[in-house]
Amino acid sequence: MAARSGQGPLWGQIILLSLILLVCVFPFYWMVTTSLKTQIVALEAPPVWVFEPTLANYREALFDDGVLRTLVNSLIIAICTTALAILLGVPAAFALARFEFRGKKDLWFWFITNRMVSPIVLALPFFLIARNLGLLDKHITLILIYLTFNLPIVIWIVTDQFRGIPYDLDEAARLEGASQFRIMRSICLPLAMPGIAVSGIFSFIFSWNELMFGLILTRTDAKTAPAMAVSFMEGYNLPYGKIMATSTLIVIPVLIFALLASKQLVRGLTMGAVK
Amino acid sequence: MRGKVSRKTILSFIGPAVIGLALVGIAPLLYALWTSLHFFNLTQLRRVEFIGLENYWTVLTDGAFWQAMGRTFFLLGTALPLQLALGLMIALVLHQPGLTLLKTLARLSLVLPMATTYAVVGLLGQVMFNQKFGVVNQLLGGADINWIGDPTNAFIMIIFWDVWQWTPFVALVLLASLTMVPGEIEEAARLETKSKWTVLRYVQLPYLLPGLVAVLILRTADTLKLFDMVFTLTRGGPGASTEFISLMIQRVGFRAFDQGLASAQAIILLIITIILAQNYIRVFYKEVN
Repeated sequence: MAARSGQGPLWGQIILLSLILLVCVFPFYWMVTTSLKTQIVALEAPPVWVFEPTLANYREALFDDGVLRTLVNSLIIAICTTALAILLGVPAAFALARFEFRGKKDLWFWFITNRMVSPIVLALPFFLIARNLGLLDKHITLILIYLTFNLPIVIWIVTDQFRGIPYDLDEAARLEGASQFRIMRSICLPLAMPGIAVSGIFSFIFSWNELMFGLILTRTDAKTAPAMAVSFMEGYNLPYGKIMATSTLIVIPVLIFALLASKQLVRGLTMGAVK
Repeated sequence: MRGKVSRKTILSFIGPAVIGLALVGIAPLLYALWTSLHFFNLTQLRRVEFIGLENYWTVLTDGAFWQAMGRTFFLLGTALPLQLALGLMIALVLHQPGLTLLKTLARLSLVLPMATTYAVVGLLGQVMFNQKFGVVNQLLGGADINWIGDPTNAFIMIIFWDVWQWTPFVALVLLASLTMVPGEIEEAARLETKSKWTVLRYVQLPYLLPGLVAVLILRTADTLKLFDMVFTLTRGGPGASTEFISLMIQRVGFRAFDQGLASAQAIILLIITIILAQNYIRVFYKEVN
């Protein structure tokens, strides 16, 4: 066996694997190094690979331009919408996993299509509604609108998780006289925690990464970090170092979260279709 | 009997989520439907008037709308095969035994692109593909390619980033499917034949199908949704060369301020999405069951 898949293909494998690694990681390397360049170094043509790094871009972006505040906004919004999605989604997931009722299939289909609808379809009316209600540039607006993609994700993943818990446990508790709510809270919830945590991570990542709603529905007070990064793109002489510094600050937390959930990432992104 | 519970209990579990999603997911759609039947321009809010299906007629007969739609499916048609081919190759390599450390590293690195903020991918594109001081032209041996300002090159650049970001997703989905093939069946097949192709076609493919269908569904949906990355990278330009459907609707609604027309476009996009979703899901469940 070892001889057949021996030397030749092994080298091929090593080269291919290194190539994967390189292509995946290189843009991040370039992002971080550019963020450490002064504007003069960043605009050198052809680009330089060796230079004296500086943290000036980070200092300027975070404190002078207010990127720090937008990061805090993004954090508040992502945490609140995730908490809300879990609060609303977990009981619904329990019902979908455990109860039989009419219209269950339609409900299911509705949740799936929600995942597929382009956000621009909702952004148009949401803008007008928020404007009429004086809800433009408010955190709560984004917290609520992000439910359109977070709630289906939470429901999908957690339903899947609840289904994996043996029904006998419920049965035993019910014979003891426990209510359905009690069964969910005391028996199924602790066992479903891994799924809930993963759905929470997903919900956080999607909300943190979102740009379009942030761009359309916020101006200053509730401006999100991606919207801030994009606003640097105005004008002729673009501050590339600062843009990459802001990008780095945005991307690092997500990458950490994604690596933490890397085993479940595929399941989450396919909404449970692929285990 | 499993799940004989009162209606009241069911409603109390499912009600909050349904009401929540209806408020943010359906109420706005009804409002968009209303807007789409009106002349509704943000610069002329004094004269909002009912015009029936005129906006829809305008959209359906508008060449630019169908061009944007065609462009969107052209992107899907070029990027997806690349993602599938590269993804399958990566999955097959990662599936082979040996080189554990390097494979773990490669698998972890695959997670990075797909978690990256789409807007940041666009910004990275701006920096790396810049004609003068971009690293891409440098790596191409000091080429002087105008990536962002040329229609064809800009489109190629969008394909590149879409492939960069989503090939890992395809690879990991297919890898997960490959691990579902029972070890003894795969072993037996490998003893029978030396052809990797035969093993792939007759042993592994049946296990790959559900994953492939999921990829197809999600990539279609995501391409119809594609906005953030392209907006930050090219804003749909130069001209309309990278103006995909979601970008077009955003432009009409927020840069041309014609909310009525944009809403009609959005409703039509929604209908197309639902038809696609319905058909996909039908096929999907047939494949799975």
